[in-house]
Amino acid sequence: MSKEGVIYRISGPVVTATGMSAGMYDVVRVGNEGLMGEVIELHGEKAVIQVYEDTSGIRPGEPVINTGETLSVSLGPGLLTQIYDGIQRPLPTLEEVMGVFITRGVDADAFDLEKKWTFEAVVEKGAAVEGGQVIGHVQETETIVHKIMVPPTMSGVVKTIKSGDFNVTETVCTLEDGSEIQMMQKWPVRTPRPYRQKYAPDTPLITGMRILDFLFPLAKGGAAGIPGPFGSGKTVTQQSLAKYSDAQIVVYIGCGERGNEMTEVLDEFPHLIDPNTGKPLMNRTVMIANTSNMPVAAREASVYTGITIAEYFRDMGYDVALMADSTSRWAEAMREISSRLEEMPGEEGYPAYLSSRIAEFYERAGRVETKNGDDGSVTVIGAVSPPGGDISEPVSQGTLRIVKVFWGLDAGLARQRHFPAINWLNSYSLYPQSLNQWFRDNIAQDFPEIRTQISGLLQIEAELQEIVQLVGSDALPVDQQLTLEVARMIREFFLQQNGFHDVDAYCDINLQYSMSKAILSFQEAAKNAMAAGAQLNDVVNVPARTALMRGRFEKGYIDTIDDMVKSMVDEIAGTVEDN
Amino acid sequence: MTGKEYRTITDVKGPLVFLNKTEPVAFGEIVTIRLADGSLKNGQVLDTSDDLVIVQVFEGTAKIDRTAGVTFMGDVFKLPVSKDLVGRILDGAGRPRDGGPDIVAEENADIIGAAINPFSRQSPHDFIQTGISAIDCCTTLVRGQKLPIFSASGLPHNDIALQIARQAKLKGSDEQFIVVFCAMGITAEEYNFFRSDLERTGALENAALFVNLADDPAVERIITPRLALTAAEYLAFEHDYHVLVIYTDMTNYCDALRQIGAAREEVPGRRGYPGYMYTDLAMLYERAGIVKGKKGSITQFPILTMPGDDITHPIPDLSGYITEGQIVISRELHQQGIYPPINVLPSLSRLMGSCIGADTTREDHKSVSDQMYAAYAQGRELRGLVAIVGEDALNERDKQLLDFSGVFEDRFLRQSRDEDRSIDETLDLCWELMSSIDTKYLVRLDQKWIEKYHPDNKA
Repeated sequence: MSKEGVIYRISGPVVTATGMSAGMYDVVRVGNEGLMGEVIELHGEKAVIQVYEDTSGIRPGEPVINTGETLSVSLGPGLLTQIYDGIQRPLPTLEEVMGVFITRGVDADAFDLEKKWTFEAVVEKGAAVEGGQVIGHVQETETIVHKIMVPPTMSGVVKTIKSGDFNVTETVCTLEDGSEIQMMQKWPVRTPRPYRQKYAPDTPLITGMRILDFLFPLAKGGAAGIPGPFGSGKTVTQQSLAKYSDAQIVVYIGCGERGNEMTEVLDEFPHLIDPNTGKPLMNRTVMIANTSNMPVAAREASVYTGITIAEYFRDMGYDVALMADSTSRWAEAMREISSRLEEMPGEEGYPAYLSSRIAEFYERAGRVETKNGDDGSVTVIGAVSPPGGDISEPVSQGTLRIVKVFWGLDAGLARQRHFPAINWLNSYSLYPQSLNQWFRDNIAQDFPEIRTQISGLLQIEAELQEIVQLVGSDALPVDQQLTLEVARMIREFFLQQNGFHDVDAYCDINLQYSMSKAILSFQEAAKNAMAAGAQLNDVVNVPARTALMRGRFEKGYIDTIDDMVKSMVDEIAGTVEDN
Repeated sequence: MTGKEYRTITDVKGPLVFLNKTEPVAFGEIVTIRLADGSLKNGQVLDTSDDLVIVQVFEGTAKIDRTAGVTFMGDVFKLPVSKDLVGRILDGAGRPRDGGPDIVAEENADIIGAAINPFSRQSPHDFIQTGISAIDCCTTLVRGQKLPIFSASGLPHNDIALQIARQAKLKGSDEQFIVVFCAMGITAEEYNFFRSDLERTGALENAALFVNLADDPAVERIITPRLALTAAEYLAFEHDYHVLVIYTDMTNYCDALRQIGAAREEVPGRRGYPGYMYTDLAMLYERAGIVKGKKGSITQFPILTMPGDDITHPIPDLSGYITEGQIVISRELHQQGIYPPINVLPSLSRLMGSCIGADTTREDHKSVSDQMYAAYAQGRELRGLVAIVGEDALNERDKQLLDFSGVFEDRFLRQSRDEDRSIDETLDLCWELMSSIDTKYLVRLDQKWIEKYHPDNKA
């Protein structure tokens, strides 16, 4: 058997080759044009290949060459600010080579191999190094130091190491056993990168979105699922997370989504400023865009490409956040390939291994001790697009079984223009227990208690609303009417957030706490005033409360909010004297 | 390789022909099948191997027997394109239907169409004025967008599509769109309606029609939209035209897709539609857009009828996940005699934010649109409540909102089939209607716009 075989059969993106020695997941070059593909099944001497490019016009009998490598990504300085397709070809390079339409048979390096980077060694000759250990630094962007690591499979004693300007393929370090280390390394995408051990997450990923940080917090190193029907704001939520979350590195995967939407992201991100560092957001971002009409097999690969890049930055000791929009398209790509393979289907035509693939993917999230002994994390946030918004379908269910945070988007809320349209009644986070300590230490001692009060009020409102539907709100006793008003304030003042507003789009976690306290102050003041004879209507309509609620659209709100609360409380107390 | 005729058909099943052992045949290659009586049919290779080739026959497999001759044409399906396509009527497989000569090709274009590099796209931002208030104000159309009409049988979606085709223009410009019209499995009557309307308004001269009717072969419908989009791409990106592609009815297209899937004994997905339908639809819808360095654009208006008015049916559902919004036609409004019966509540234009405002439409547009939407939504909700507790139980605010929902439908939505409202007229009308509500309840309007545009302040 040789490295070269011939095509036997072509059926869409699936090609069968014969006469070639091949192992599972070997990367092969298919046909005269050398289209990239991956072996996904072996039958006797036949190898079944999924091809990452369009196969029209390819004939049986054309050659197939096994490269002997598995599908890998290139890792090294130059990754940040890049925009890739699903198999790590930079889209700007593809444009240069092919023009505006993506044709096929073109290879492109993942990043500039010639560019010189300033390498600064951090270990010395004679040092014993292990796989994953940091041997040098490169200032990749203004904000990010790219740490050059010994490839995970290597270890030994440093024979030579030199600081200076190098490109990514030049050797910067040699070991006693003769092995050479360059700044660029490769890693197979379907294999998780190694680490020493996994820790329990104990720090929240602060996103600046009130409903997420406050009610349903996600831990750094955790995994979250956002299911929702179309038009409910999945993409806007994902983009807000990519913009404002306090991760140090963001990997954004546009998996099988709209072309124009990706373009918007590509246009917008370079102009956005990271609220945490004050530097352009692109400096910490890697984007992968495999739109819905790009080859389906590359879509299947795109999430693996993304998570491998995320793990690589994690290994440097960074907190990485990965957004995958949408994992349903990834699952559909698996379904499509599976059906071409004529595999026995599981639920709704999805392959039987769907849920284990989803689980494996989310399991690559986590907070770890890296091989270098640092603390790093990968947080995964996956959007799910359930058909008809019904989350009983396999992809949503497979996701919910594994993630610990569920942000359920709701078409009804979106229709009322309540954004982010996250349903506070059915969403959940299993992290508050492990994160409470962090909130107590860093924000306020009573943070968890305030959260419980706020979510309790929302629960009560839901129960009261059922009665209101039947008898109207006037029929309720005044204290319950007040509860409804307080809950309305929570919804309109706190939960609603305008992702497109300059100020409101990002809300500092300390401000979130102040705002929640403001709501409780209102409740308290109103209750007292009404006990002393004030009318609910007067209490609700005090001008200072309106001012307080409008204030969140103004800059510097965090400095003024306490005074505004005071004047509200005073004015509410004043309504008693009026009567 | 052309010329060699095989007589090795083994099986014929539905629209598919299976044949044995041939020379290597390319995936996607075009096939001609000659029947015993000398007539010809066309098809395309769906699956190819050393032993077996599966061909999908566009014209249906009637009369094909095992003696039929099969010739492989050596190339994938290409459409001869030229500027002369404008003003022509072609059938669903790209042959002249209007009795005119064949198209003389300036170029033969692959009908599958390559994906646009997302990096090479240009974000759409040019406002298209359709002259229909509900669309212009609430679900604004942008040049380069794909905005489907979700309709159902018995509703006037065709009238709306035609009205848009007639009236669509950039604000302050008379530049016309070239209309590429693609009919998939519609009735001859519907087709005649479209054609005569285009003829009546002189738009036919600026249109290219690709027509597959209900009694034409169903499988042909798979390629009809691809032909139309290939023509559109050629006109937009080679000749700088702004092209408006209207295709109707996507539901028939998807049913044809299902038919082929079933014949191939593929594992079906939801409701029997193939698992790859999302990708397949995306390959059509994603061919809308604007690309860097080209002057032209493609805007798509697919029409689909929701089976059983069900928006969660796979066809509207998958479409909604790909397109940039949707315009939903309501049976309820239609039955109240309102034209165009557009239900703005579930309708959406995802690109609207990028094309409205002071520079393009008017500074108050966003604010007005939000307020109109919110007030109407609340008014509609109150109707349910009124049915239970009666109108007397409403407070002043609720009464005003309830009344507003009525005038919203009667005066804002309703307009005649040839009424072309400018965006200023539409927004002024909004202000006039909203003035029936006390300003203190209009919380979504910016104070500065109230001062500038509210009829009380204008007078």
